Amino acid sequence: MSWKKALIPLATLPVILLLAYGFWTDPKAIPSPLVRKEAPNFRIAVFDGAEMSLASQRGKPVIVNFWASWCFPACYEEAPLMEATWRKYKDQGLVMVGVVIQDKDPNAREFMRRFGYSFPNGPDPGSKISIDFGVYGVPETFFIDRQGRIAYKQVGAVAPEVMEAQIQALLKGQGA
Amino acid sequence: MISTLGGFTIFLALGVALYAVIAAIAGARANREDWLASSRNAVLAHFCLVTLAIFLLEYALVTSDFSLRYVANTSTRGSLTRYKIAGLWGSLEGSILLWEWLQALFATLVVARYSDRHRELMPYVQAVLQGISVFFLALMAFGVNPFARVFPIPPDGRGLNPLLEVTDMLVHPLLLYLGYVGFSIPFAFAMAALITGRLSDEWLTITRRWTVVAWLFLTCGIFYGGWWSYRTLGWGGYWAWDPVENASFMPWLTGTAFIHSVMIQERKRMLKVWNLLLITLTFSLVIFGTFLTRSGILGSVHAFADGPVGVMFLGFLTLVLLFSFGLIAYRSDRLKGRGELDSVVSRESAFLLNNLVLVGICFTVFLGTVFPLLSEALRGAKVSVGTPYFNRVSVPLGMSLVLLMGIGPLIAWGRASLNNLRRNFLKPLLAAVLGTALLYGLGVHEFPALLAFLCCFFALGAIVFEFTVATRARARATGESRVAAFATLLLKSRRRYGGLIVHVGVIVAIIGIAISSIYKVEHEQTLRVGESLTIGRYVIRFDGLAAGERPTHVLVWANLAATKDGASLGELTPGQRFYPNQQSPFASVDARYRWNEDLYVVLSAFERDGKSATIKAMINPMISWIWIGGAIILLGVIVAVLPERRLAMLALRSRPQEA
Amino acid sequence: MREQPSQPSMPEGAWRPGRAWPLVAAALCLLAAVGLACAASAPPTSSTALDDRVREIASDLRCVVCQNLSVADSPSDLAREMRNLIRELVQQGKSRQEIQDYFVSRYGEFVLLAPPKHGFSLLVWVLPFLALVIGAGGVYLVARRWATRPPGGPPPADPAYLDRVRRELHEREDGAA
Repeated sequence: MSWKKALIPLATLPVILLLAYGFWTDPKAIPSPLVRKEAPNFRIAVFDGAEMSLASQRGKPVIVNFWASWCFPACYEEAPLMEATWRKYKDQGLVMVGVVIQDKDPNAREFMRRFGYSFPNGPDPGSKISIDFGVYGVPETFFIDRQGRIAYKQVGAVAPEVMEAQIQALLKGQGA
Repeated sequence: MISTLGGFTIFLALGVALYAVIAAIAGARANREDWLASSRNAVLAHFCLVTLAIFLLEYALVTSDFSLRYVANTSTRGSLTRYKIAGLWGSLEGSILLWEWLQALFATLVVARYSDRHRELMPYVQAVLQGISVFFLALMAFGVNPFARVFPIPPDGRGLNPLLEVTDMLVHPLLLYLGYVGFSIPFAFAMAALITGRLSDEWLTITRRWTVVAWLFLTCGIFYGGWWSYRTLGWGGYWAWDPVENASFMPWLTGTAFIHSVMIQERKRMLKVWNLLLITLTFSLVIFGTFLTRSGILGSVHAFADGPVGVMFLGFLTLVLLFSFGLIAYRSDRLKGRGELDSVVSRESAFLLNNLVLVGICFTVFLGTVFPLLSEALRGAKVSVGTPYFNRVSVPLGMSLVLLMGIGPLIAWGRASLNNLRRNFLKPLLAAVLGTALLYGLGVHEFPALLAFLCCFFALGAIVFEFTVATRARARATGESRVAAFATLLLKSRRRYGGLIVHVGVIVAIIGIAISSIYKVEHEQTLRVGESLTIGRYVIRFDGLAAGERPTHVLVWANLAATKDGASLGELTPGQRFYPNQQSPFASVDARYRWNEDLYVVLSAFERDGKSATIKAMINPMISWIWIGGAIILLGVIVAVLPERRLAMLALRSRPQEA
Repeated sequence: MREQPSQPSMPEGAWRPGRAWPLVAAALCLLAAVGLACAASAPPTSSTALDDRVREIASDLRCVVCQNLSVADSPSDLAREMRNLIRELVQQGKSRQEIQDYFVSRYGEFVLLAPPKHGFSLLVWVLPFLALVIGAGGVYLVARRWATRPPGGPPPADPAYLDRVRRELHEREDGAA
């Protein structure tokens, strides 16, 4: 068989290679266009507290954590880590804010009581803040540097090592 | 015990199938009839073993033997028996076993039926079919074992996704699998023809009916799936251009092209290579489809993926492509046709255009389905290719197909003279223009709708014309009444007229698709108790919320009173079903399905105190015509494939005065 | 006993004024009436122009928490909030492009249900059209090559007569095959 004819079956290989590439991708992961850009400002009415805005925290590293009481099991897994991290770093200038997505206030408060949340959390009526941050699931956590830029976005529960590494980077100063 | 026995059966069946392949090939090459006979016995033994495996798994399912992980995943103690049985195809491992069983069944039927008559081809047909079985068995033996155990044994199973515990689940997957597996038969014959060098039309004639029946199952499976989605999922649609849906559509497209171009090869001995390519493509797309469903590389509501399965499928797909395309290339010299045409304008050309459009749609669907992957690979950026893209591309192509359905019957084989064209086309064209003008005068002004009606009226007119002229000619020639002439016409030329009935079904379905998309009306409103929403001529009043416990879930529903033009239509109760294992509730749609339009209502959201609810109501005009069209297609295929003997007897009985 | 027809049976497709019209016309009128009845039964009185605009824009955006559904079709809560947001943006006078850009800047190109018609994504729009054009050219060339092969047989007979003979032959084949 001449080499020209051998081309015909071989022509199918690029398609196979493309499909094989698919094994390395995650169809559900949406890359965020916001990373390394300035974080969208927002105002949030904290439970049992005053209003808080992101812009007023400029100069300090900020962690914004999106969660919901119906988000099981991931939010329940990372909640203790959130609270522990807050207690450890709040005196070093870290700011932590929790945004509750599409939840009922009583359920959110119950969640906070259960995990002893002492950092500010608030609801997101109309999901404006969530949409501004390009949130498409819970939990999602954004690490914002002192210049107000999003250094890193974590989709899903934050692992302790990742949390430590990101906070150290944020605290060190210039951010990403 | 079942686990060990089942696993052992799978391995044994794998060995037997492997032996059947080797013995068949060796027997054919060495011309040893005893080896061939032995391989045929192996095919039967293989089928018995796989049947045993299915029986074991079903036994475990029905007796709720949760020591098997598969049973724990797909059924619960409380499930109804028929859903326990359906658990066989509810998840990955079992669906592969079911596919393999169908493959073994078909192989046995083919071997039993044709071994005597086509001695040169059959060993290789058998080898290919058993080779496919070898792959599916290897998937189970070395990949995902349906008989795997789970430890510790759970007290109750997780059960099927609640969306699947419905009667539709008993029908839809089976129809699709019958279609998919059915296409492996013409593929096997094509491969055998290439291997043995017997490149006449023999393989086509033998497999003609198998191909049409496989196509029928696939068509019914696709229509049924759309019908099921529409009634259940709550977004009021029936097709989302989801990658897995596309994966079932692509082999359907090339299969349809194949059925048509085969007619050219039969009549004119042309397009041999093209037909081989088409059937290879069809079978490859079937494998590609199951690869997509089970590999998880493209996100889909239908996908259920696990581990090494994706890689094994891709490997098999590669093998199939290289092997079949390689064979075609190898034999391409001997496949040149003897085609002659008197004119470029002829029915043959219309068939060529039919193929062009169908393969064009298939190419577009394929491109759109894998483009996100391509974009990510080459650019690193994720894009979506969804409904707006597919609709924009497939609608014009779909309309040209409808036009071709009208042109085809009116244009002559070989050469169509200008006179011929003028005579045949004039009436249907005139009727189409008149019909469309009438509609315009009566209020239909949207251009897409008018264009759609124009094409559909033309095609329908051409088909009706064809029927009436032929009936009249026959009635006059034989003295029968018109009705008898029509019936005998159907029976004597059943392929032709059955095919025309299928075309009528397709056009009816396309009218349904076009009208329901263009004239769909939707309205969502939050209502307090006593308030109403108006949509079209309907008024829907929210009377209150209710909740109740069902055996498997909690149901919350809204009591709605619907009226049309003031006359009461009774109650509608759309709701939401809350299952313990599921994070979000499932919609419970309520609707009035009528042949002219559907009133479709969904409960989008509600307040816990029952004081208000958000209701989404839709009017889908003529959407039932899609399902009716599917039924007409079924009817047409039945007419087309009725067996001869029964036919001859009927024909004889209806013509007693034949001299 | 059949009586001999006084003239040969009409070749199919011949012009026969008057005869087939009633049947065809009646069938088509019926269809038209039906089609019209359905189309007319749903005058868009309940959805306003705003609703339509929101729906139109929402149909081109992807619901990010669903599989393959548009924001317009999706029953999920986030999609509902996105629809409300779109409504607000439309009321503020934003154009469709501006609204699409709004969501793209937050979610990336992924949120558009059909890829933009520029850059690399232009390929997915152009290739099908190209493939069709090339295919049509191929079909034409093939048909022409077949048609210009020298016919080695007897001189061609009257085409209409040949048609009829072929048709009857095929029907007989169909019946027997």
